[in-house]
Amino acid sequence: MADFHNPDGDLERFRLRVGIAGLAVLIAFCILFGRFVYLQIVQHEYYRTRAEDNRIALLPIVPNRGVITDRNGIVLARNYSAFTLEITPSRVAVLDQTIDGLAEIIEIQSKDRKRFKRLLDEAKNFESIPIRTRLSDEEVARFAAHRYRFPGVEVKARLFRQYPLGTVASHALGYMGRVTDRDLEWIGERGQEANYKGTDHVGKTGLEQHYEFELHGETGYEQVEIDAGGRAIRSLRRTPPVSGNNLALTLDAKLQEMAEKAFGDRKGSLVAIEPATGGVLALVSSPTFDPNLFVDGITPENWKDLNDDPKKPMVNRAINGAYPPGSTFKPFMALAALEAGKRTPAQVINDPGFFTFGNHTFRDDKKGGHGAVDMYKSIVHSCDTYYYMLANDLGIDGIARFMGSIGLGQRTGVDLGKDDSGESKGVLPSPEWKRQRFKRPEQQKWYAGETISIGIGQGYNAYTPIQLAQATATVANNGVMFRPHLVSHITDARTGARRPIEPQPIRTLDWKPQNIETIKRALVGVNKEGTGARAFAGASYEAAGKTGTAQVFSLKGAQYREGGVKKELRDHALFIAFAPVENPRIALAILVENGGFGAQSAAPIARMVFDYYLLGKVPAGAAGEDAAAVENDNDEE
Amino acid sequence: MIDLRNWLRRGWTELANPIDGPLLAIALAIMAVGISTIHSATYDGVERGASQGLHLLFALTLMWVIARVPPQKMMRFAVPLYILGVILLVGVFLFGVKVNGARRWLPLGFTRIQPSEVMKIAMPLMLAWYFHKFEGALRLRHYLGAALLLFLPFALIAKQPDLGTAILVGAAGFYVIFLAGLPWKVIIGLIAAGASAAPFLWNLMHDYQRKRILTLIDPTTDPLGAGYHIIQATIAIGSGGPTGKGYLNGTQTHLEFIPERHTDFIFAVFSEEWGLIGNVALLILYTLLIGRGLMIASAAPTLFSRLLAGAITLGFFTYAFINMGMVSGILPVVGVPLPFMSYGGTALVTLFVGLGVLMSIHTHRMLVQK
Repeated sequence: MADFHNPDGDLERFRLRVGIAGLAVLIAFCILFGRFVYLQIVQHEYYRTRAEDNRIALLPIVPNRGVITDRNGIVLARNYSAFTLEITPSRVAVLDQTIDGLAEIIEIQSKDRKRFKRLLDEAKNFESIPIRTRLSDEEVARFAAHRYRFPGVEVKARLFRQYPLGTVASHALGYMGRVTDRDLEWIGERGQEANYKGTDHVGKTGLEQHYEFELHGETGYEQVEIDAGGRAIRSLRRTPPVSGNNLALTLDAKLQEMAEKAFGDRKGSLVAIEPATGGVLALVSSPTFDPNLFVDGITPENWKDLNDDPKKPMVNRAINGAYPPGSTFKPFMALAALEAGKRTPAQVINDPGFFTFGNHTFRDDKKGGHGAVDMYKSIVHSCDTYYYMLANDLGIDGIARFMGSIGLGQRTGVDLGKDDSGESKGVLPSPEWKRQRFKRPEQQKWYAGETISIGIGQGYNAYTPIQLAQATATVANNGVMFRPHLVSHITDARTGARRPIEPQPIRTLDWKPQNIETIKRALVGVNKEGTGARAFAGASYEAAGKTGTAQVFSLKGAQYREGGVKKELRDHALFIAFAPVENPRIALAILVENGGFGAQSAAPIARMVFDYYLLGKVPAGAAGEDAAAVENDNDEE
Repeated sequence: MIDLRNWLRRGWTELANPIDGPLLAIALAIMAVGISTIHSATYDGVERGASQGLHLLFALTLMWVIARVPPQKMMRFAVPLYILGVILLVGVFLFGVKVNGARRWLPLGFTRIQPSEVMKIAMPLMLAWYFHKFEGALRLRHYLGAALLLFLPFALIAKQPDLGTAILVGAAGFYVIFLAGLPWKVIIGLIAAGASAAPFLWNLMHDYQRKRILTLIDPTTDPLGAGYHIIQATIAIGSGGPTGKGYLNGTQTHLEFIPERHTDFIFAVFSEEWGLIGNVALLILYTLLIGRGLMIASAAPTLFSRLLAGAITLGFFTYAFINMGMVSGILPVVGVPLPFMSYGGTALVTLFVGLGVLMSIHTHRMLVQK
């Protein structure tokens, strides 16, 4: 077959083809070479950075949050370390499957799942979310053995906030919650974004929120080498975190606990202040809540319970509840009159049991009236007619000016919550206030008749317990007014240096000493022979006080009869007091919602608090309602 | 003593005679690079360097055996081996075991084999035999026949699906046809037809194959999925820079960012640690290997041996080019190992059988002419 064939020609053709193939090989390898040059020379910097980014992760190390202690060193808030089982949703394909799988090795209850769902809804991308907290050592070990089955699931050691006294002082301490977008905005405004890289909980209310940036500390960083699975292989560099600063409070935890107990299951508030400094000794809002519930994400059930409770335990009544002061307003009115020269202590008015203004009759609580009433008697027996007349004489502007000067209707600036947004202003009634408050012109007008009921602490008057406590402390302190505050000093975690929070005098009111003395004497009289006499019977110190009752709804002149009114509609009971009179160490304001008469439910609490704080006497139980006080004194409030 | 020395010399001659020194030297040089790279890629896991060494010993033995078989004898195996290969492929199609969604393995009771591997040698052998048979009387219809012989196994392998092997087998067959003198008119016509059939082929492709091509065009569209391999491999190569990060110091490798580190993506490992200098050295080694192979082909006495040698050599090139191209991100990811580098006994045996054939052709060239 090859006979007529030219083998040399064939060979030549073959060698040509081989040459062409060889050339193609060279060209192809040149293309590869070009690609390598591009990647390894031209783009080298870029890919070098990419490889470093792959390799190195900056892991924030969350600092220890500062500890909060009371004035005697009792720990109110601290931290504990616990293992949590966390899922990074972005790294998990089917969440439910993963959780079901985890449930086979570690107990996961339906409440855990619900909480996880809730946190998942709030979470931002790439965050890891706890499915279980407080794992036992055994659970940690069991998960470690099965870890390979669960990419995107990790056990993390985290610090949790702990409030050893539970519900005690929760409204002062506040609670912690996961960082939300709004918190991030706040953190951003303070230029703290970088410092909060690893932080997932912040203070939401109270001291925890107000002192967030003191308590937080400085986040440390660890440069770690990570592998493709995101696991840290080794540490390259470490900047340790700096713990947050510790807060020492002016608050007395024992006093606080005792005062909370005194409220029992009643709603209300108590604010006790050291008059000479403005330091808050106790800040009660009843009912309280357990801030520990919020620590690792509150369960939907608990959250619902707290929010749906008709007693509203989450409302801080001390700074957010605004109540008419009722008769506790009278001593301030009297002082205003003395300072304005509208009354002298001895000036006597005749009280027929009512006061007629225009065509409207304002009634006194006591049928037939108190007869001849001077200033002392007007306070001790809480004569309404005296103050109807006085209000008319002082005028609304005079009242508003004086009450404004002692801080009523203004935020006290207490160190709770974020800035001052956590505190309510209340209402200091004035024509100016009415103009701003209402829209329609006929509503905006101030009627002279409205001034009359302002005089006995009713009408538009609405003040927070802390404002009343501050005003009381100011009288006790002879007109030197301090900003109420809860922190006495901050201990720097790094240096151990104490940074005291200096008492801040807001203003010194230039009251005449004899005027202050007149009022103080009258307030002492209240506890000796007036509405506070039963509560303070046998007290070894001299205490000044004034009871008050604030109408929850208007009775339109009808006789108030306690038994006939539902509990929710019963009047609020109030009591302001300070002691000892010659050198006041404690001033307070108490409000018991629907407590009826101040003498009946509020004054006994004050007695217990004073006895404890001044004498160290520990009471037997909750302050009961003093039924006898009602029979004796119900005509005098 | 003299007897012993004589015996030793005769033994050495016997052993060395079938071997082509340069070819073996180059292959062993690449193997050395390969095994050390496998060691680097796996030392913090299951060490694979040593077992690749064992594969090499076995492959060398087989090479030596094959190298002793004269090409004329090989011709006799061409048809039976091809038919056996096709039967096995049909067997895979009917009874194959599915692994990772592809039907590539044929269970044989005691073990299982991958018949497509056989085709890498059987295909060029068959076509070389075919053209040898029609030497001097080639008509266009003979090319058509060859195309049919090529297409059947190609289709069976592509159907498994194993696009990588199908391309390698198809390429080996095509090289024979090309070297046999396929007219340029036909080649140009085929390229034109291929281009116009591309959309049609696109429709025939599996989803994962399409995805690979799409992610090649823009890997960032799927950074955690299909694009991940390409992105991480390119980062490894690029971060290697001109001189590399040093042996055992590749971060992309040791932190496990590179997938398939000791098999298909071993080039990324090598490139990260040795840089552009290493890459160039490796390219030179492959060029030398291919050059030596093409020299053997050109010097071969018969059409059969020429075509076979040429096709096997260009096969090595195809392996190397496709692998390095895909790892460096200019070709789609198809499962093609880097010859003499990637870990894997089967592929290594096939490669050394190829070397054995080349050596046989070279050492027997004089015998034929006599």
